[in-house]
Amino acid sequence: MTLYLLCLILFCIGLYGVLRKRNLVKIIIGLGIVEYSMNLFFILLGYRFSGRAPIDAQNQNILNMVDPLPQALVLTSIVIGLGVTALVISIAVRIYEKYGTFDITKIKRLKG
Amino acid sequence: MELHILLLFMIFAALVAIEVKDLLSSVIAVGSVGFALCLAFLVLKAPDLAITQLVVEILCLIILIRATISKDLPLVIEGRWVFNTVSTLLFVAVFLFFSYLALKELPGFGSPIMNVVKKYLEEGITKTGAVNLVAAVILDFRAYDTLGEATVLFTAVIGIMAVLRRPGRKKIEEKENAG
Amino acid sequence: MQDNPKTGMSLIVKTITRLTVGLILLFGIYIVLHGHLSPGGGFAGGVIIALSFVHLMLAFGKDIAVSKVSKNLASNLESLGALMFLGIALIGFLGGSFFLNILNKGKPFQLFSAGTIPLSNIAISLKVGVGLFAIFLALVILEGTKKEK
Repeated sequence: MTLYLLCLILFCIGLYGVLRKRNLVKIIIGLGIVEYSMNLFFILLGYRFSGRAPIDAQNQNILNMVDPLPQALVLTSIVIGLGVTALVISIAVRIYEKYGTFDITKIKRLKG
Repeated sequence: MELHILLLFMIFAALVAIEVKDLLSSVIAVGSVGFALCLAFLVLKAPDLAITQLVVEILCLIILIRATISKDLPLVIEGRWVFNTVSTLLFVAVFLFFSYLALKELPGFGSPIMNVVKKYLEEGITKTGAVNLVAAVILDFRAYDTLGEATVLFTAVIGIMAVLRRPGRKKIEEKENAG
Repeated sequence: MQDNPKTGMSLIVKTITRLTVGLILLFGIYIVLHGHLSPGGGFAGGVIIALSFVHLMLAFGKDIAVSKVSKNLASNLESLGALMFLGIALIGFLGGSFFLNILNKGKPFQLFSAGTIPLSNIAISLKVGVGLFAIFLALVILEGTKKEK
């Protein structure tokens, strides 16, 4: 229970970074922290005490494994997170070229 | 016990990453959060995820550092800073309170409900022939999700090439001849 | 690979890169091929293959890496990987439904077992690896033209 709460506190730190920071790179870093915390939360849900990794070896007990279904979903989510981060970074690089700054309040005022 | 220490380290490193003024230091701090997450995946008995998280974290760090070596901004405290910060913290407190009430309904840590997965575990090796059950799930039982993920990555690559395109040399010469 | 002292990094980095970049590529291919026997699979192996090319580009400069894998080759290989994965899915129609695993299952714990799972791993690794290298190439070419101005 405390582990779930610590995971959600990590999520809130990332959310604070997205909402309150003015530098565009800090917003992207906050987004990355939110993704890490959510992947960890999924894997925490599927853990079994004294379980085994979901890879079979010879003459081993199968029904003792941890849950492999959240691991399959999170595997996809990690690689998608990389793709989204790369896309947002490339948009930030173009914004820096066009406006000369990373500050979001100044970007809203300049037009064209 | 190890998980508590790792999570406390991740929270501390995330606080450093958000609050520090220098951009390079905050990128390095986010890198350390990712490596601690890889260790947490190893403690939670998920070796597939630990390998993938490690190499994805390295590539993410390279892209972040490569694209943003620029100067950073001085912090200017504008008018309504106190009100904005207090309302954000209030929102975070309300969110944590309601999530605590919701988390009490989940099964406790360490004893998951495994209704669907029992069938995958019992029939996995005989139906697919793969020993790695996570690979059997993502490429045989739930292969449609992998197709969706391949589509998302493809769209991301096309989007990046569209955003970062340079006009070709002919177009630059035409603009110079016309202007 | 010749040594142009103006581009890339120092001599120590270049020597170590010449020794290790082939081993990194080989390790990535090993993780992809044994995806159904030990942890790893298509995604982790594909990212390791992309990292080997990124290592080459960071140490030697942009020109030598582009001469190994040019931009057209990268986009063609990535589309080939995606089409191969879709083709494996459509082959399942011969057995009865979409994505059915119809090849011979073999005995467990062998390299040639588990039906279409190793082929899917190869297709996914091609797509992910070359796609991520293409992303990095786009970012680096942008930096180059920005400095020329």
